[in-house]
Amino acid sequence: MKNNVLQLLFRYGSLFVIFGVILFFSLTLPHFFSYANLADILRSISIVTFVAIGVTLSLIVDGFDLSVGSTVSISTVVAASLMVWYEQPLYIVILVPLLIGAVIGCVNAFFIVKIRIPDLLATLAVMYIVSGLHKTYTSGYSIYNNMQFQDGTKAPGKFSESFLWLGQGEWLGIPIPVILLIIAVAVVHIFLTYTRFGRQMYVTGGNEEAARLSGIKVKKVRTLAYIASGMFAAFGGVLFAARIGSGQIDAGAPLLMEAVAAVFVGFSVMGAGKPNVIGTFFGAVLIGVLVNGLTMMNVQYFMHDIIKGIVLILALAVTFYYLHRTRSGKN
Amino acid sequence: MTANQETLRLTRITKSFAGIPALSEVDFTVHCGEIHALLGANGAGKSTLMKILSGAYTLDSGSITIGSQEIQMQSPSDAKRQGIHCVYQEVDTALVPQITVAENILLDRLSNREGGLWHSWGQIYQEAEAALAKLGASIDVRQKVEGLSLSEKQMILVARTLVEKAKFIIFDEPTAPLSHEETNNLFRVMKQMKEEGIGCIFISHRLPEVFEHCDRVTVMRDGKHVYTESTSRSSIDEVIGQMLGKSFDEEFPKRTVPIGEVLLKTSQLTSGNKVKQVNLEVREGEIVGVVGLVGAGKTELSNVLFGSLRSDSGHVQLRGTSLRLKDPTDAIDAGIVLVPEERRKHGIMVEDSVQHNLSLPLLKQLSRFGFVRSAMEQVHAGRLIERLGVKTSSMKQQVKFLSGGNQQKVAIGKWVETKADVFLFDEPTKGVDIGAKSDIFRLIGDLAEQGKGILYFTCEFAEAIGIADRIFVMCEGRIVKEFRQEEATQEKLLYYASAGREEQA
Repeated sequence: MKNNVLQLLFRYGSLFVIFGVILFFSLTLPHFFSYANLADILRSISIVTFVAIGVTLSLIVDGFDLSVGSTVSISTVVAASLMVWYEQPLYIVILVPLLIGAVIGCVNAFFIVKIRIPDLLATLAVMYIVSGLHKTYTSGYSIYNNMQFQDGTKAPGKFSESFLWLGQGEWLGIPIPVILLIIAVAVVHIFLTYTRFGRQMYVTGGNEEAARLSGIKVKKVRTLAYIASGMFAAFGGVLFAARIGSGQIDAGAPLLMEAVAAVFVGFSVMGAGKPNVIGTFFGAVLIGVLVNGLTMMNVQYFMHDIIKGIVLILALAVTFYYLHRTRSGKN
Repeated sequence: MTANQETLRLTRITKSFAGIPALSEVDFTVHCGEIHALLGANGAGKSTLMKILSGAYTLDSGSITIGSQEIQMQSPSDAKRQGIHCVYQEVDTALVPQITVAENILLDRLSNREGGLWHSWGQIYQEAEAALAKLGASIDVRQKVEGLSLSEKQMILVARTLVEKAKFIIFDEPTAPLSHEETNNLFRVMKQMKEEGIGCIFISHRLPEVFEHCDRVTVMRDGKHVYTESTSRSSIDEVIGQMLGKSFDEEFPKRTVPIGEVLLKTSQLTSGNKVKQVNLEVREGEIVGVVGLVGAGKTELSNVLFGSLRSDSGHVQLRGTSLRLKDPTDAIDAGIVLVPEERRKHGIMVEDSVQHNLSLPLLKQLSRFGFVRSAMEQVHAGRLIERLGVKTSSMKQQVKFLSGGNQQKVAIGKWVETKADVFLFDEPTKGVDIGAKSDIFRLIGDLAEQGKGILYFTCEFAEAIGIADRIFVMCEGRIVKEFRQEEATQEKLLYYASAGREEQA
């Protein structure tokens, strides 16, 4: 009986909380449940979700990637600088940040898979390195259209219209980032559930030694997971730049925490009990709704961290308590 | 500490784990001033008995007395208070590597209240030095334990028992990792302790050294005490007979299969100090047993052949082609597969379904454009479940809910439809009930019939004799003897597995 309640709570608890939070804000805030606001929420969620997909992938192979936040930051300023400083065409503006994300993933994988530094420590160090790099690159300034340099000259370029369309445009009334988000979630979900490589990722994360003894190239699988994690974070950064229309310093710093919270909320959605991308999406919805609602309630932004932290610790508590109970109980 | 005129007596000790009896009514006595060897095959209950004596386990019934006084043993510190100490085989578990030799020797005192608040370095060094001097060991007590050799670490543990004024000391297979001189040195120390009136319990698999150095010998089998005699009135053959008993009536369905070409051949294969210059050959349709006691290097050898452990030197050939085995992937591609000993940890994914486990090595064949074809996967799983006789409610069932035997069938079954030529089985019947056991033997027989080569690693000698065409005996990383099936007897196998050297035959 007690176990059934626990199971029900685990299975539907997070969906219930999401629904409750939406209901609460809708009743208390007059403008919350409007199309414009909901679209705005989804728009902001799309960035978190891209970052969270990356975290999901690293978590699936039983790793962790703390460097996603600073990867967002660096790809935001690089994308901005490529337009504002160097007037590059759109495909370069998108490809170069993705490449940087892949390189960061490679570096993470090298230290974790090859040198065998524990994932949290390795990506913690890389997080600071990347964070320092992006500030050094911009000398600590944010990048905006025709920005003024210290020597008084002006930057030649502007954010291009087509780039801004990625973050601000709409198609049939649906924001472009939301469309990108849905495509990404669907593709990654299909990839993880129905392909050989997706299966190999879960197996590697479930029991690396057994996977290795089954002939899976576990090092390759883990390396690719980190590279994918870096690239998803980088694309999140590109979207961020496109949405804001400038290259903000430290844009990604709060996103790490939001993404991790989203993944762990998603852990339990529909009783998956493992990192999964559909759950991650719902987790991101919860975080997005909370941030939006709190802002509209005029809760000061520095208090948001408290709320987000509580959401994260609750999600972790439910997840680990449940996993511990079921694993020790039935084995 | 000299006059210890008491006898340690264990009477009718009974202990079971989760309803399965590990010890039933075992009697065992140690006098002061003797070296008493405790022998038995793997799983006979030696270490359970010693864990009860050292307070690590509590007994279900029975009594422990020293002299005329009955003692209550609830924890390791109770045992230590009574002067019963243990020198474990895994010396590293009992030592703190980052602190000095002296602190390790006096660790028990430093960790309990009697040690007082302050720790006087001068006194610690002095006491530690005195204890080591008594053992005739020259180790700098100010040095960290980290860099010491195994035998030096053992000396530290022995010295620890000295400063704690031990009355009885358990030596749990202390000589297994030692070289010849180191072993002799240890025996010298044990004799010295014996002269001081300390009772030593000595666990070993090397029978010759038991007969050379011990006063009495006790044999256990299947959780029972079966034999105690003074070594002068006993013999190695007698002890081996007692260890094996005559109670093996399991039937192994051995089939005659034509033996073909050489499949797998190793020459001078060496890896670390667990696999030493191994030469062996497996032919098509042949089942080759590799037997040895626990720790003889069987698991390591199977891992080297499967590429999950690197070899330092030597060659592996498959059908005459040299293989470079850097990773299990290489072995699998070449056609060598392993059913590992640690089934739940290494053989299967316990959280995953039967179907997913069975298709794991064949995902490539079961998918198109990277997408796993679910219909094909189900047909494949269904076919294997039937063929192997896996008892499961459905193919979607998580493997962790299956019995040990059925889990093993899954662990074996996933390789059956690969194109593998050589199957390595490491203790495949461990923790498997009797019905599943004969299914597994039938399966292995089927594989041999299809012309596969089979290497069967086991410490169950009876199984090897029942199933194998040829048997290699492994001891301390080396293959010490080869038997044809009809020549092999359990006595002979155990003799070579425990004597270690051919010339002692």
